[in-house]
Amino acid sequence: MSIFEYNGSAVVAMVGKNCFAIASDRRLGVQLQTIATDFQRIFKIHDRLFIGLSGLATDAQTLYQRLVFRHKLYQLREERDMKPETFASLVSALLYEKRFGPYFCQPVIAGLGDEDKPFICTMDSIGAKELAKDFVVAGTASESLYGACEAMFKPDMEPEELFETVSQALLASVDRDCLSGWGGHVYVITPTEVKETILKGRMD
Amino acid sequence: MDPFAAIEPRNSDRTASQSRFINMKLDTSGLESTAPHFGTSCELFSGFSAAPSFDLPVTTDFDGFQKESIQMVKPAKGTTTLAFIFKEGVMVAADSRASMGGYISSQSVKKIIEINPYMLGTMAGGAADCQFWHRNLGIKCRLHELANKRRISVTGASKLLANILYSYRGMGLSVGTMIAGWDETGPGLYYVDSEGGRLKGTRFSVGSGSPYAYGVLDSGYLISYNTCIRYKYDLSVEEAAELARRSIYHATFRDGASGGVASVYHVGPNGWKKLSGDDVGELYYQYNPVSTSTVEQEMAESSST
Repeated sequence: MSIFEYNGSAVVAMVGKNCFAIASDRRLGVQLQTIATDFQRIFKIHDRLFIGLSGLATDAQTLYQRLVFRHKLYQLREERDMKPETFASLVSALLYEKRFGPYFCQPVIAGLGDEDKPFICTMDSIGAKELAKDFVVAGTASESLYGACEAMFKPDMEPEELFETVSQALLASVDRDCLSGWGGHVYVITPTEVKETILKGRMD
Repeated sequence: MDPFAAIEPRNSDRTASQSRFINMKLDTSGLESTAPHFGTSCELFSGFSAAPSFDLPVTTDFDGFQKESIQMVKPAKGTTTLAFIFKEGVMVAADSRASMGGYISSQSVKKIIEINPYMLGTMAGGAADCQFWHRNLGIKCRLHELANKRRISVTGASKLLANILYSYRGMGLSVGTMIAGWDETGPGLYYVDSEGGRLKGTRFSVGSGSPYAYGVLDSGYLISYNTCIRYKYDLSVEEAAELARRSIYHATFRDGASGGVASVYHVGPNGWKKLSGDDVGELYYQYNPVSTSTVEQEMAESSST
């Protein structure tokens, strides 16, 4: 079994009209054994920028701490928050630093840029950026997520509909994956508001 | 040389080695230990080696073929099944998930196989192997019934299955099963596997979720502060069913490869009866009523400090 599948994860981000949603499952497992069902994989960088880290949990936490550190240094020097594009480049650079001994994470970055333009992107574990206009997925349930998102996504959704779509896609996908699920965590970000929701899901 | 292979020369002008090839399909005696050859008629084993003889694979790499075929029957590896004997009979329960690696291929598999109205088999390991050999066992049990005008004992049925599985030992079958039923001697429960093992017992659990199920079965769960239902002989049908359901539920929660529906069967003097089939997705919220709480702030230590 791949080290990326050791803990199990499912992360998805979707774009709406002047808003975006990022969601993940809540399971932390050791292969097939479920250890915790309140695990966090989505982290806030600032009010309009989030990162979801799928893959090995220990690397996700370490990587998150390094990213927060680098973002704080940036804030002190520049006296402003990072743009999502800049942050994606930072993540990419940090990952490539460890080209020959990578963090076993596949990040999903989602944020609101200038003029509330949503930005989403994903990366492999050594920092190859992949920008998308509609949705990005990562984790052990990524195949099912691709299917669900492909079927359910519509362009220019309002925040309410976006929340429903991303939640349904996540819950449907993790029900076909042994290693992720046990509830969900959804963030819907609009220019004025950050809405965090915990989803009830199948606990098997 | 394999003692069971018929090597009696029929023609005096033939050598022993020539006639060996006439009587056998393929000389694989080097690969096998003491298992009887299939298709070779032998007085001594006609009782239970009457299993259909499958052609041996046409391959030069027999070991490689075995490994590959074991990989192919991987689905249904992740399972939780349990059965236990108590005062009023046998309780049998199982989940319903079939998985292939991390992918859930089905959430509605019938893992409790109804062999006849008085006997049940459970399914763990290769789905096809279990289904086929349980059906095969069902046929043999019915034939026994017709020949002897009485139902086969659980002991006999399990031995029938164990002998068949043993005759295929090392050929890649993957079966982990419990045979539970009621016969003239009362309740019966046997564990049978494709390695040739056959154990009599009062409680068993088989599959990847079995450690969790055993945990609940053996130490029980608290109903209230001083009442705990755990496995003991003096359980009522209701208590036993709840214990079985609880054990399966807890296994599905912890084990990624178990889930779906927790079905519970009871075998009593009048045969088996399905007591319940509860969706584990709903069972969780039944056992853990949701209290309306605010969003908890986990991982706060890394962001706030």
